[in-house]
Amino acid sequence: MWRDAALIAGKDLRIEARSRVATNQVAPFAIIVLVLFGFALEPDRSFLQTAAPGLFWVAVLFCSLLAVQRSFAVEAADAAGDGLRMSGLDPAGIFLGKAAAVALELAALEALLTIGIVVFYSTALTGAALLLATAAVATIGLAACGTLYGVLAAGLRVRETLLPLLILPVVAPVLIGATRAWEVALGQSLDDGWKWVTLLAVFAVVYVTLGVLAFGTLLEEA
Amino acid sequence: MAPAVRLRSAVALLGGFPVLAGADLEVQMGEVVLLQGANGAGKTSLLRTCAGLLAVVSGSAVVLGCDLTLDRRAVRRRVGLLGHATALYDDLTVEDNVRFAVRAAGAPSAAVEPALIRLGLGGRLRSVGASRLSAGQRRRTALAVLVARQPELWLLDEPHAGLDAEHRDLLDDLIRDAVAGGAAVLMASHELDRASALAHRTVTMAGGQVLPARPAPRSGLPTPATDPPGAAAHQPAGISPPHDGFEVLEVAHVA
Repeated sequence: MWRDAALIAGKDLRIEARSRVATNQVAPFAIIVLVLFGFALEPDRSFLQTAAPGLFWVAVLFCSLLAVQRSFAVEAADAAGDGLRMSGLDPAGIFLGKAAAVALELAALEALLTIGIVVFYSTALTGAALLLATAAVATIGLAACGTLYGVLAAGLRVRETLLPLLILPVVAPVLIGATRAWEVALGQSLDDGWKWVTLLAVFAVVYVTLGVLAFGTLLEEA
Repeated sequence: MAPAVRLRSAVALLGGFPVLAGADLEVQMGEVVLLQGANGAGKTSLLRTCAGLLAVVSGSAVVLGCDLTLDRRAVRRRVGLLGHATALYDDLTVEDNVRFAVRAAGAPSAAVEPALIRLGLGGRLRSVGASRLSAGQRRRTALAVLVARQPELWLLDEPHAGLDAEHRDLLDDLIRDAVAGGAAVLMASHELDRASALAHRTVTMAGGQVLPARPAPRSGLPTPATDPPGAAAHQPAGISPPHDGFEVLEVAHVA
């Protein structure tokens, strides 16, 4: 399973490196979202600083949709997914590999978005441990959940429009938990940030487990 | 020797529609069987069923000893399918595509280079992205995957489509080599002259079923003694039918 996961993750990351969709399209999209939030909300920097955690994670959610759609679009083109099924790879390995590739892409985008909120919103980064722990578990949860719903929608002709409808409501706990934890880390709240990290970790474990167990069946139906 | 493919009253559905409606077919190891029939007759569906990509909801289907009604995944690594699509990743190079497919299938990486060279992809083309290939070059890349994987059952859907004359001949050689190595080949084609020259027998499909065999051999050559019931008796040049577990390649007849 782990060998298959490494093979799939390597393949997906190589495709992204060659196509440069993540660097030339998704990353600029993420920055544009941050900038537009700045335009739409008050030019008052203090409000943007307060809203920065929420805006950051909304931008991450949008980027995760693009990453997941891209992950399954490459399998739909020229029936590459049939080749994947014919390879006899462990479906759990395929799930873990695709989720890992999405997670790594999201991690890179989050690094970029972090620079973005520092530059555009003048956010002062504090509580590095909580920030990083939150980002890690939230990213894993988003990637696992997105990959699971991605394969669910993969076989449908309306997958591009259906995927956001499926994913966005389900990842609401990630948006809430990650935003609250980052508010604590950035000194905007006196709440216990680590309890939100625990919630995010539970979300990630649930969706990784569901993915490992159900991905094979969903892939056959795709 | 157990047959490579044994379908009995196999029914497969696609979107609720029975694309296979009680198909019966038997293919022996070392045998080349040509599927012919009109568009929509069920040829592609039969190939996809044998590949384990379509579920058999009724009847029985055993491919390479694997019961597809119980487990469709087990057979896939032992089967190679060349469909209408080439299953290549546009953003990977020719070599990356072949290497990934071979590693994913658990085949030895050492088989990649000879396969690329055999298909004429060993030079500059190996580093070209699949999105920049012509239809014929994509087809050859997909064939390189098959050659490198060395499946026990080759499922070919219009395999000559998109290939130039030189590579059509090469494909014919690949099929002969595969059969000489003991593999079975099930091939759907509308190019009957070329495909039937490769096949031990031809079966006709219509309405998702394999039609009963024609009574007389078309070419006048002897009917293979081991032909299963229902086999049409077409025995052209190139490859002798399997006899008692042995396959004989009649090299003298190969152009």
